[in-house]
Amino acid sequence: MSELSAADWQSILLSLKVGAWSVVVSLPIAFGLAYVLARVDFVLKPVVTALVLLPLVLPPVVTGYLLLLTFGRNGPVGLWLYDWFGVTVAFRWTGAVIAAAVMGLPLMVTGMRLSLESVDRRIEMAARTLGASPWRAFWTVTLPLSLPGIVGGSVLSFARSVGEFGATITFVSNIPGETRTLPIAIYSLLQSPTGDSAALKLSLIAIGLSIGAIIVAELLHRRLPKATGRDDA
Amino acid sequence: MLEVDVATTRGEAAIEARFKIDEGVTALFGPSGSGKTTVLSMIAGIIRPRSGRVLLDGQALFDADRGIDIPPERRHIGVVFQDRRLFPHLSVAGNLNYGFRLVPHAERVQSFNDVVALLGLDRLLERKPLTLSGGEQQRVAIGRALLMSPRVLLMDEPLASLDGRRKDEILPYLEKLRDAVRLPIVYVTHDQREVSRLARRTLEMRDGCAREVVP
Repeated sequence: MSELSAADWQSILLSLKVGAWSVVVSLPIAFGLAYVLARVDFVLKPVVTALVLLPLVLPPVVTGYLLLLTFGRNGPVGLWLYDWFGVTVAFRWTGAVIAAAVMGLPLMVTGMRLSLESVDRRIEMAARTLGASPWRAFWTVTLPLSLPGIVGGSVLSFARSVGEFGATITFVSNIPGETRTLPIAIYSLLQSPTGDSAALKLSLIAIGLSIGAIIVAELLHRRLPKATGRDDA
Repeated sequence: MLEVDVATTRGEAAIEARFKIDEGVTALFGPSGSGKTTVLSMIAGIIRPRSGRVLLDGQALFDADRGIDIPPERRHIGVVFQDRRLFPHLSVAGNLNYGFRLVPHAERVQSFNDVVALLGLDRLLERKPLTLSGGEQQRVAIGRALLMSPRVLLMDEPLASLDGRRKDEILPYLEKLRDAVRLPIVYVTHDQREVSRLARRTLEMRDGCAREVVP
């Protein structure tokens, strides 16, 4: 099998960049949502839960289209971003980050929510009686105890982002070097009569990345609960 | 001196407590489900009473009329929970240090090593709580509460979840503790034997009200 071309590398690195940024962007939002869904009871909770999970079941092309309507040059958020910050996300790699973040959000929120729900709140109360403020109890008890879910959800959402196709190509199209991520590059190669072997190469790389991410998530999940205790010993 | 005069309701039942205690062990005695834990929770600031007052050395920790409700972290009341509630992600040393480190040096009443020695924890410091026996976990929970330099110690059935042999293993530690620290200790139990062995005074939970038992 021949070596990877510059364009192949470009799409692989772009995918990794988009995946990493989408995790960074969605991490605080996902944690906030997970915390509220795990800890707070409110009337609209089923609606919020459904909205968070929606990208999981909606056809990705619909999600991409909705993103285009919202963040596009004439969309409400798109206009606002342009007027205030001079930023355009449509047809840019930053738009691919938004698409990937939205598509990865359900995985991230679900992992974090399960983890937060499993934290015994009576242990937090024990921390309070020992002199910890609510914030300190959060940082020293709630957060470390929910870390496996936070990390696991992040890794899975990263893997999901690296492989995002439908919403991305709909929202930001297929621009080499800007929005042609790994799966979109594979798709493009398959459109050309001579692209078969290159597409297979990139597909193998995509498979490797996905398996790697799942293994990392699994390893972290096993190790973290033990590792977090040591530094305070 | 801890002065308690509080009332709340739990479901249909009214729970009240009215007593003053000084140094030494005061047993709060009564059958399971009689509201003993609720009384401790009101003193510690975990449950907000409907009405009344909690005063510690004359200072109001809770006063419904004056709208005072000091949060648990500023009450300086050590709690040993029946279910222990150790931090599973921290070692024994990490658990002991949790409250200890939050107390300014000048205000620390207990030294770390004294408490470790008192409760026989020196060989357990590196272990994780889940690897300990029930009795060992309970000793860590007691040490953790002592090291926060509490002004009052509340112990909620510390021996209830242990079998007979383990109880006999912990009781001498509790007697040593009672003699070593000069603190008001409220000791919740439904076991008459623990009352007679540890307590100087007894409060009894009867019809939802904690009252002094006149000997």
